[in-house]
Amino acid sequence: MSDVRQVLREANAEAVHRMLAAEPVLIDVVAAADAIPELGEGMILHAGPPISWERMCGPMRGAVAGIAVFEGWANDLDAAAALAARGAFQFRPNHDFAAVGPMTGMTTASQPVMVVENQASGNRAFCTINEGLGKVMRFGGNDASVLTRLAWLRDVLGPALGTALRSSEGIELKSLVARGLTMGDEMHQRNVACSSLLLRSLAAALASTCGDRAILTTILSFIASNDQFFLNIAMAMGKAITDPVRDIKGASVVTAMSRNGTDFGIRVSGLGDEWFTAPVEMPDGLYFPGFSAADANPDMGDSTIIETIGLGGFAMAAAPAVAGFVGAGAPSNAAQITHTMREITLAENPEWTIPALDYQGVPTAIDIRRVVETGIAPMINTGIAHREPGVGQVGAGVVRAPLACFESALWALGKRLGVT
Amino acid sequence: MSKTSELPPGQSPQRVKDTPVSLIQGSPRVINVGLSGFAEALAAQGVAVIQVDWSPPARGDADLATLLSKLSD
Repeated sequence: MSDVRQVLREANAEAVHRMLAAEPVLIDVVAAADAIPELGEGMILHAGPPISWERMCGPMRGAVAGIAVFEGWANDLDAAAALAARGAFQFRPNHDFAAVGPMTGMTTASQPVMVVENQASGNRAFCTINEGLGKVMRFGGNDASVLTRLAWLRDVLGPALGTALRSSEGIELKSLVARGLTMGDEMHQRNVACSSLLLRSLAAALASTCGDRAILTTILSFIASNDQFFLNIAMAMGKAITDPVRDIKGASVVTAMSRNGTDFGIRVSGLGDEWFTAPVEMPDGLYFPGFSAADANPDMGDSTIIETIGLGGFAMAAAPAVAGFVGAGAPSNAAQITHTMREITLAENPEWTIPALDYQGVPTAIDIRRVVETGIAPMINTGIAHREPGVGQVGAGVVRAPLACFESALWALGKRLGVT
Repeated sequence: MSKTSELPPGQSPQRVKDTPVSLIQGSPRVINVGLSGFAEALAAQGVAVIQVDWSPPARGDADLATLLSKLSD
């Protein structure tokens, strides 16, 4: 038994080391098919653990239909849905391809993806470009305005960002996030500081590489008007940080938390790429005018990679304004939420500190043993999609990861270690 | 018969003197462990109460708790 404990102790120490040693840098924007060679015609990557068309929720189906039209695989949404129902498309999780995507998380061949390289370990991770708020594909939007914006991201913004980044040394993200934390971001539901810092870092390179002043103006306006522009970069950063933590024998550290609108799934270092799933929870949140909880879809998206690296709900103390926005109570509750997350993590990140907590580091490396023992489920900040296809975002809230995922993972880890 | 001999076995004169009297005469000061509803009810009546969050390990699942004990540092 002592041998098992020693294996666990050393494995988790290694997991924490790899997580904290990561050096994520935003280096490029390329077509998804160039980043992920397996991404061929008819293949759609989605958020969360694996799921079939039959079990997909409304907004996920809406996004699938929309992206199929966008890629030219169907003439209209109805035809796309019919093709999906006949099994014409291959559905795979983003997480299987070093990728992540917010909410519905659609990733297909021609979409541009941002490339974050973890320069401590050499791996890369990918995420599509944030579309902005309102009616957007990540929330299940799929009308002409949504597809037109996606085409602009593919044809104009993506190539321009890629050119600008390649002309520079890339943007070092660890220090940028550190500054964002001191400016009130938690990187999941509040990214206004990091989006601004990013734009400041990119502006000169964009100006020097984009020859068309009108296009440059449009690009700068698009980024500047989207407070959540940095979210997708933070997600790719999270994936780049956690991928090297996968498959450390005996480690009980969570390497991914994700949801597809039907199931919530986690992956654990010592258990490789196996998913442990449970029915996803409903967010508890605040709604835009005209919408209510009756309109809400269950929780969705790969964006919980943010909490997996100690940000989002885990860093709520850095962003007290978010607590009110997502309905998590008074801003003064924010510190308590971060304190509570310390009970289920193994470390603090000394490079990502929170001024309001006397510069304590964000709680990092979720340990499934601690989650199961305490019954404290990870706290997640999230957007809320309408449950019907094609509508889009209706609110923002908080949600807890279902404990059943962690319990089944613990049984599996015990079995893997010969302990039952 | 001495006063001490009138006490229940195991109790000292000091405990008899201090604890019950102070409980009756003073305002109650409460530490509530576990279900917060008790603390909230007392707080609503103006009673000083400290809530300690606690729940049985593994939500009371004995098999999981046993597994945890084998996997804990």
